[in-house]
Amino acid sequence: MSDETQDGSHETRAELKKSDAVELEVVEVREGAFGVHGTGDTSGFGGLRRPVVMPGAATPPYGGWFDEVAERLTAGEGLADAIEKVVVHRGEITFFIRREVLRQAAQHLRDDAGLRFELLSGVSGVHYPGDTGRELHAVYHLLSMTHNRRIRLEVTCPEEDPQVPSVMGVYPTADWHERETWDMFGIRFEGHTHLTRILMPDDWPGHPQRKDYPLGGIDVEFKGGFIPAPDNRRSYS
Amino acid sequence: MSADPYADTSESTSGQVFNVTGGDWDTISTDSLEGDRLVINMGPQHPSTHGVLRLILEIDGETVHDARAGIGYLHTGIEKNMEFRTWTQGVTFCTRMDYVAPFSNEAAYVGAVERLLGIEDQITERAQVIRVLMLELNRISSHLVAIATGGMEIGALTVMTCGFRDREEILKAFELITGLRMNHAYFRPGGVSQDLPDGTVGHLRDLVALLKKRLPEYAALCNANPIFKGRLKQVGRLDLAGVLALGITGPILRSTGLDWDLRVKQPYWGYDTYDFDVITRDEPDAYGRFMIRQLEMWESLRIVEQCIDRLESTQGQPVMIADRKIAWPAQLSVGSDGQGNSPEHIAHIMGESMEALIHHFKLVTEGFRVPAGQAYFAIESPKGEIACHAVSDGGTRPFRAHFRDPSFVNLQGVSAMSEGGMLSDVIVAVASIDPVMGGVDR
Repeated sequence: MSDETQDGSHETRAELKKSDAVELEVVEVREGAFGVHGTGDTSGFGGLRRPVVMPGAATPPYGGWFDEVAERLTAGEGLADAIEKVVVHRGEITFFIRREVLRQAAQHLRDDAGLRFELLSGVSGVHYPGDTGRELHAVYHLLSMTHNRRIRLEVTCPEEDPQVPSVMGVYPTADWHERETWDMFGIRFEGHTHLTRILMPDDWPGHPQRKDYPLGGIDVEFKGGFIPAPDNRRSYS
Repeated sequence: MSADPYADTSESTSGQVFNVTGGDWDTISTDSLEGDRLVINMGPQHPSTHGVLRLILEIDGETVHDARAGIGYLHTGIEKNMEFRTWTQGVTFCTRMDYVAPFSNEAAYVGAVERLLGIEDQITERAQVIRVLMLELNRISSHLVAIATGGMEIGALTVMTCGFRDREEILKAFELITGLRMNHAYFRPGGVSQDLPDGTVGHLRDLVALLKKRLPEYAALCNANPIFKGRLKQVGRLDLAGVLALGITGPILRSTGLDWDLRVKQPYWGYDTYDFDVITRDEPDAYGRFMIRQLEMWESLRIVEQCIDRLESTQGQPVMIADRKIAWPAQLSVGSDGQGNSPEHIAHIMGESMEALIHHFKLVTEGFRVPAGQAYFAIESPKGEIACHAVSDGGTRPFRAHFRDPSFVNLQGVSAMSEGGMLSDVIVAVASIDPVMGGVDR
C-alpha cells in the first residue's frame, strides 16, 4: 500500500497515524467501502477513510483491584519495567508485557501470594497486519481462583521474528494452547518441548489464522447465478 | 512375510516396524527384539473415543506406559470462518463446535459480543431467563450423553439406551422452542432469536415431571452396581494440583473437592438469583465425576423449575434488546410454506415504510458495528469453563473469535489419568473427561 491516501486530498497515512498516536492506538487505516477501490467507483464511497483504533493505554489509577495487581506485578524480581502498556476496557484489564520477561512475569503472577493466578485459562493469537513491527499478538487469559480475578497478558512480536518465550514450565496447560497458536499463527514459543502442529496436518503449509491466509472456498451456482465464496463477497468492514 | 502391502515389516530409525491388519499376528517374529512394548493406535475411528480422537498408546502387555492424544481430525476452521460473517451470523458457526452442549458455545460468544457492545445490562429479564433455562436443560442433556456413552463403553448398554431416551425428551423441548434439535443459533447478540411458542410452559412442566421420574433410574442402575464401581473407582485419578496445572475445569475439578463453579463465583445472566448447590466430591476418579454429573442434573432441574416460574411472570415481555440498531428487525413465524419472517413484518417493510425496509436491509446484510477492543467472556458449560475471546476492529465482522473449549483443555489430562494403568482403564478415563471432538478441534 502506498503512503498517500487514495484521493490525495487528506493527510498521508503516516500523518494520520502520528496525529492519533498520542491517545489512540491506530492499528490500521481502511479506505473505501464494499471493497471498491480506484477510479471505477462513482459512488463516492471509495473516498471513505477510517482509522482502525483499538482502546488506548490507561494511566493509573486503573480502579479497584487493578492497581494492586499492577503494583505487585512490577514489584517482582526483574519485572520493574515488564509492563509496556495497560489497557482497561469494558471492565477487563490487559497488561502488555515485554516478551523477554514473559516467563518471569507468569511465574511471579502464579506464585506471589497477593496475585496467585493459579489457572491459565487459555492462550490465543491475534494477527494485526497493520500494527507494523508487532503484527503478532499472543494473549494469555489468567484466572485467580484465590482472589476470584481475571487478567489478560498480551505479548507482541514482529512477523520477521515470531518468537515468544513459552510458559509451559509455569503452566503445563499451555502445552496445547501454545501448539495451537503456533499452528494457527506461526508464533514460535521458545522453550516448548515439542512445538508441533496440533489441529492442522503435520505437513500443512502456512498458518491459517493469519489475516493474509485466504479462507478459500468455491463459488456456488444457484439457478444460473453464482454466489461467490465467502472471502470474495462484498465486505462492509 | 506376507505379500500384503498393509501388513509388512520395515526398518526405521527407531527399529523394526511391524504392521498387522488383524488375524495375522502369528506372522510376526519378535525373537530379535528386546522388550515387548507395543505402540498402538486407538482411533481415530474407534467406538469409545467420543468421535475422531486418536490415542497413541505404548503398552507393555495390558499396562499403558505412555498415552498421547492426537487431535485435529474434526478441525473445520470455525474460528476462521467467523471472521468472514457478520457478528450475528457468528452464532450459527460456533453453535456447531461442541454439538452436545451447543447453547454453551452460543452463550460464550454472545456474552463476549454483548460485553464489547457495552449492552450487558440492557439484556431483558425474559431473555436472560430463557437463556438460563436453555443452558440448564442443555447441561442435563450433555451429562446424559456423558453418562450414556460412558456406560456403553464399559459394556453397560442399558445405561446408554436410557440416557439417549431421556436426552431425546430434552431435544424435543429444544425443537419446540428453537425449531432444531441441535445447531440452534438461538441466542443472538442482544437477546434470543424469538420468544417461546404457545404451550411451552406446559410442555416444560411435563418434561420436568418426566425427568424427575427417570433420573433415579441411573442411580438405581449404577451407583451401587459392583461391576460399575469396580470399573470406575480409583480409575483415572487426578488430584487438585494436577487438575490446576493442566487447567482442567468442570466436573473433573469439582471431583477434587474444590467448589469452583462460574455460575456461583462469577455469576452471569442472573445466576446469583437462583437457588441451587454446587456439587463437589472428594473422590478425584471416574466414579466421583460420574456422581457429580448425576447430582448436577438434579440441581439443573431445580434451576429449570425456577426458570419456568419466572417465564410465567415475565409472559409477554420482550426477548430482544430495545436498541433497534442491534436488535434483529424481524420476528419469525411458521407459514404454510415453512418457516419465515412474520407476514406483519413483511407487510410493514414492503408496503408501509421505506425506512423500515432500508433498516431491515442494512441490519441483515451489513450487520451492526461493534466498537473496537477485546473481551473475554467465560461461562460454566457442562464440561467446564467455556469462554470466547472476541476481538473487534470496529467493523461488522469479528476480527478474531477464539474459543477456550473445555474439552480441548481437559483432554490434556488423558495422559496423566491413564499412564501406569490398564488398557481397559484408558476407556474409562477418557469417558470421565467427557470430551466432544467438535469442541476440541473446532
